[in-house]
Amino acid sequence: MSRPHGGKLVDRLVPEKKRSRAKEEAGEMMTVSVSNELRKDFESIAFGIFSPLEGPLIRDDYLSVLEKGRLRNGLPWTFPMVLDVSEEVGRGIHVGDDVALADDGGNFGVLHVEDKYSLDRKIHALKIFKTLDSEHPGVARTNNMDPVLIGGGISLFKETPSKFPRYRLKPKETRFLFKEKGWRTIAGFQTRNAPHIGHEYVQKTALAFADGLFINPLIGRKKRGDFRDEVIIDAYDALFRNYYLSNSATLVTLEMEMRYAGPREAIFHAIVRKNFGCTHFIVGRDHAGVGNYYGPYEAQEKFDEFPDLGITPLFFRSFFYCRKCGSVSNEKVCPHGPEDHLNFSGTKMRGLLSKGERPSPDMMRPEVIDAILKHPQPFVS
Amino acid sequence: MGESDEVSIRIPAHLYRKISERIEGTSFSSVEDYAVAKLSEEFPQDPVYTKEEEELIKERLRKLGYIE
Repeated sequence: MSRPHGGKLVDRLVPEKKRSRAKEEAGEMMTVSVSNELRKDFESIAFGIFSPLEGPLIRDDYLSVLEKGRLRNGLPWTFPMVLDVSEEVGRGIHVGDDVALADDGGNFGVLHVEDKYSLDRKIHALKIFKTLDSEHPGVARTNNMDPVLIGGGISLFKETPSKFPRYRLKPKETRFLFKEKGWRTIAGFQTRNAPHIGHEYVQKTALAFADGLFINPLIGRKKRGDFRDEVIIDAYDALFRNYYLSNSATLVTLEMEMRYAGPREAIFHAIVRKNFGCTHFIVGRDHAGVGNYYGPYEAQEKFDEFPDLGITPLFFRSFFYCRKCGSVSNEKVCPHGPEDHLNFSGTKMRGLLSKGERPSPDMMRPEVIDAILKHPQPFVS
Repeated sequence: MGESDEVSIRIPAHLYRKISERIEGTSFSSVEDYAVAKLSEEFPQDPVYTKEEEELIKERLRKLGYIE
C-alpha cells in the first residue's frame, strides 16, 4: 500500500467530543460562505484525501503550484486548492484571524487565516488549463472566481451527509479495507462515466497483475451531457453484481467536482488515489480532458515530470472490439485494420442511450444498460 | 528512523549518476531519498490503528458490506 502523499495522512476533523464547543466558538466569528463544491474540497482536506494539504493554499504554495506543479517544499501538487472571496469580504479578513466557514446548512468549520493575496484569473487559467478560452469549463469557472484568495489551515466540525452514504469512505477506512483484504498492490480507477466494455477491459487488465481494483467515481458537479451521479452509481452497481469478484474489486465514491484540467488533473487524481492507499493509477486516453484542449496522451506524458509521485501510473491506449479477433483488443496487440474495429465511443453510446436505445452488448453490458435506462434523464442537462 | 537504525549500501556509480539526473527539480533532495522511497514502495509498512479506531472502522466497513 502507498504511503500517504507527504508521508502523513492529514486529519483536520475536530474530535467528536469537542465539536459542539467548536461550533459554538465559530458562531462568534466572522463567516465566509462557500459553494457546495468548495465545501466538498474542504471535507477532502479534513479527511486526508488531499494530504498533505491542511487548508486552502497560501501564496507561496499557490505560485509554486502554478509554476512548477509542486508545493514550495517540492512535493508534486498540480491543482491549486484555493478559497476565493470578494474584495468586500476580503477587507474584513486579516492574517491571524479565525473565520467560520459556512454553506447553506450553516457553519461547518473554521479557517485559521495565514495569508491573503490576489488572484490573477488570466495567469491562473493559462497555467492550469493551458487556455483562456471561456468555452473551457475550467476557464469559465476561473472567470467567475472572486479576486481575493485566503490561505491557511482548516478545522472541520460538521460533515455533510453523503448523497451515497453506502459508498463513501475516508482514506483511513480504505487503507484499513485494503489491509483486511490482504491487498498489497491496488490499482485505482478514476471515472465520471457509466462503464462500457472498454472500461471493464482496462480495469480487468490492471487487475491481472494488481491484488485489488479500486473504482472511484467522481460524485459532484460535471458538465452538461455527462452521466448523472446516480446513473454512474447504479451502472457500476450492476456491473459489480454481475461481473466482478468482491474479493478483488471495490467501489468507493469520491465527492469532488471535475475540473477538466487534463494533464494537471491526471497527476492530481493520482495523488488523491495514493492517499486512499492505491499503489497504481490507471490513466487512459485524454484523462480529465474536455474538447480538444489537450492531446490524447498528454496526460500520460505529464507523468514523466513526476518521478517522485509515489504512485505508479498504468498507461492504456484505446481499446476496441475487433471482429476478426472476436474480442476486445488494442492497437498494440491487434494485427487487423480499422475496418474490423468497433470503437468504444462514449459519445455514440450516450447518443443512443439519450434516445432510450440500447448499445450493442459488445459495447456495453445489458445489465448496465438496464441500470442506465431506468433513469428517465441519465445525463446532466 | 534514528541515525543508529541506518545502514550504508553501495550502488554502481553510473546508477548513482542517472538517479541524480532524474531527481533534479523534484522533491527528492538526494539519491538516498530516492532509493528509500523506491524501496519503501517495494516493502510498504501497514498503517497503524489504535484498538478503538480498528473496532470502529471494522464495524462501519461491515455495516456497509465491504467486509464480512
